Amino acid sequence: MARDLDHALKHVPLRAPAPLYERPQPPKGVFTSQRGFMRALGLVAVLLVAVLPFMDASRYTMSIATSALIYVMLCMGLNVVVGYAGLLDLGYIAFFAVGAYVSGIFTTVLGWPMWAALIATIVACITAGIIIGAPTLRLRSDYLAIVTLGFGEIIRITANNLKITGGPSGIHGIPTWSFGPWSFDDGFSLLGIDFPERVVFYYFVAAVVIVVGVIGAGRLAKGRLGRAWKAVRDDEDAAEAMGINTYIAKISAYIIGAVWAGMAGQLMATHLSAISPNSFQFLYSALILMAVVLGGMGSTPGVIIGALFVSLAPELLRDFAEWRYLIFGVLLVVVMLFRPSGLWPATAVLPWLRRNRPTPPAFTEATAVPASVMESVDGTPTPDPHEGDRA
Amino acid sequence: MMQLIWNGLIVGSFYALVALGYSMVYGIIKLLNFAHGDIYMLGAFVGFFTLSAFGISNETSIPLLLVVLLLSMVTTGLIGVGIERIAYRPLRRSPRLAVLITAIGVSFTLEYGVRQIFGPNPEAFPIRLESSGFDVLGMRVTASQIVLVVIAAVLMLVLAHIVERTRQGRAMRAIALDPTGAQLMGVNVDRVIAMVFFIGSALAGAAGVMAGAYYGSIDFLMGFIIGLKAFTAAVIGGIGNLYGAMLGGVLLGMLESFGSAWFGGEWRDVFAFGFLILFLTLKPTGLLGARVVERM
Repeated sequence: MARDLDHALKHVPLRAPAPLYERPQPPKGVFTSQRGFMRALGLVAVLLVAVLPFMDASRYTMSIATSALIYVMLCMGLNVVVGYAGLLDLGYIAFFAVGAYVSGIFTTVLGWPMWAALIATIVACITAGIIIGAPTLRLRSDYLAIVTLGFGEIIRITANNLKITGGPSGIHGIPTWSFGPWSFDDGFSLLGIDFPERVVFYYFVAAVVIVVGVIGAGRLAKGRLGRAWKAVRDDEDAAEAMGINTYIAKISAYIIGAVWAGMAGQLMATHLSAISPNSFQFLYSALILMAVVLGGMGSTPGVIIGALFVSLAPELLRDFAEWRYLIFGVLLVVVMLFRPSGLWPATAVLPWLRRNRPTPPAFTEATAVPASVMESVDGTPTPDPHEGDRA
Repeated sequence: MMQLIWNGLIVGSFYALVALGYSMVYGIIKLLNFAHGDIYMLGAFVGFFTLSAFGISNETSIPLLLVVLLLSMVTTGLIGVGIERIAYRPLRRSPRLAVLITAIGVSFTLEYGVRQIFGPNPEAFPIRLESSGFDVLGMRVTASQIVLVVIAAVLMLVLAHIVERTRQGRAMRAIALDPTGAQLMGVNVDRVIAMVFFIGSALAGAAGVMAGAYYGSIDFLMGFIIGLKAFTAAVIGGIGNLYGAMLGGVLLGMLESFGSAWFGGEWRDVFAFGFLILFLTLKPTGLLGARVVERM
């Protein structure tokens, strides 16, 4: 009998019960759905990035724009670690340094082309992520913060002291991307428009890598792994009880953060063609963290806004250049005190899409049971059952 | 050899003083106070400011040092209480990440606030300790070094007395064990936490003045590395444990002293942080720390 049932259950295809009522299709329009709006916004942002060199291709603008894009990449990477997985990494710039130095050394000392160095960079960053993550991710969050801080300092001091990294003066003359005999330095012309080397780099590497990086990180967060990260962030014990391998989830967040930072480091090495240990101080780890926190941890648009703010603030607020770190510090405290989810929170809903919940009817004399009815039951006045509520 | 031990002891006593504040705050509210290293820096700058205001420079008098020390301790203690009140108390029930980020913000604010006031360049500390000394047991010892070590030891003894023998100390230990339980027993939790911040910050301020007098120059970023080192010391000794922080500080001073003698001075910090990572992964409770249950 039981076996028959077993057999039957095994071979009868299981189907979900038919829905009790037809659900309306969720709206898909640009202004009627959150998703549609975010996609449109993303498209506009990508278009702006693509059109920028046609509006202003001066060396200054291109340089600032490329730096800002690199910041966006870094912040998206840190957002995976801090925003999604909830691991405070204070030495994040170390992975940036690993990326920059590995690509710098492979192209200048070993003479590899940049695309080959990119592969080496990614491998090195994955390795670095595992080396740092494996022993430390079992620690509690605040220990992790200080260990990563120590690790960041170790990387910087090591780069400062070793010969192969060029010591305090760093590495110079890092070549740009090249394929065979042609390199970005040559530039090229298409349809009668001349593309100088900085614009080519901006287009074909920085912008593309960052757009892919932003979309990739955002989509990772929506998948199975991303949900595991968020579960670990919200309650590690509960996540573990639900069958999530929290260790794997954390270390994968760490590795992905490391790869993002490594690619950003590679871009920066190519962009500036020179790197030195001073670019990898704790200050920059803190700045990236600030960008993520100010924008909104775990929120892609928020983090992009934060990254642009932090990277462009010194350019826009030249008069306040001296004051900006102080302002950032105060802002960090103020944001944490009054708006801990940031400028554009991850759970933000567009204001015009906010569903108006029906409010429960307020208690009025009209809805209360008249005292006379109560009295008529047993002749004695009963205490108003809602008296406590009204008080 | 003996010289290395002696040097290690001096640096170690600075570390121990700063580590005590870290350890106390961590023990009582489980907060990693990133701004603690900057309180040390503030201590040095308060001393600098006071002495400069009176037009004193290149002084070598030790009583003057003691007066400045006391003044700095009170000032930094009050600043510590203020920071706790403004930045940490409202977040006491928030997730840990939020408080940690706030602490970084406070640290930044202090560092760059001092930079705006005193400028980015290192300043010469007005009290210099004389460097003439005598040889004992094959090591070169100066009178001022002895004074520094003695001050550090006295401060630690006073602290140990407060925590272990007084009513306030008992309240601190009660809160460290169980804040809710302590509150139910009538302990004024907010006031005791403020007091812990006062004591911890005062010790860090004292260390700052002493370091200023010992090294002779101060700058607005001097607290960053020592904050990290003091945390290492607290972890080595077992965070939350007072004697552990003292032991860890002295031990770290020695380790660094020997490490830089063997591997070269430029690797000193790498050596110290390597120890931090090693300790945290192999023995996170430190040498004297009690085994704590993390899950609840």
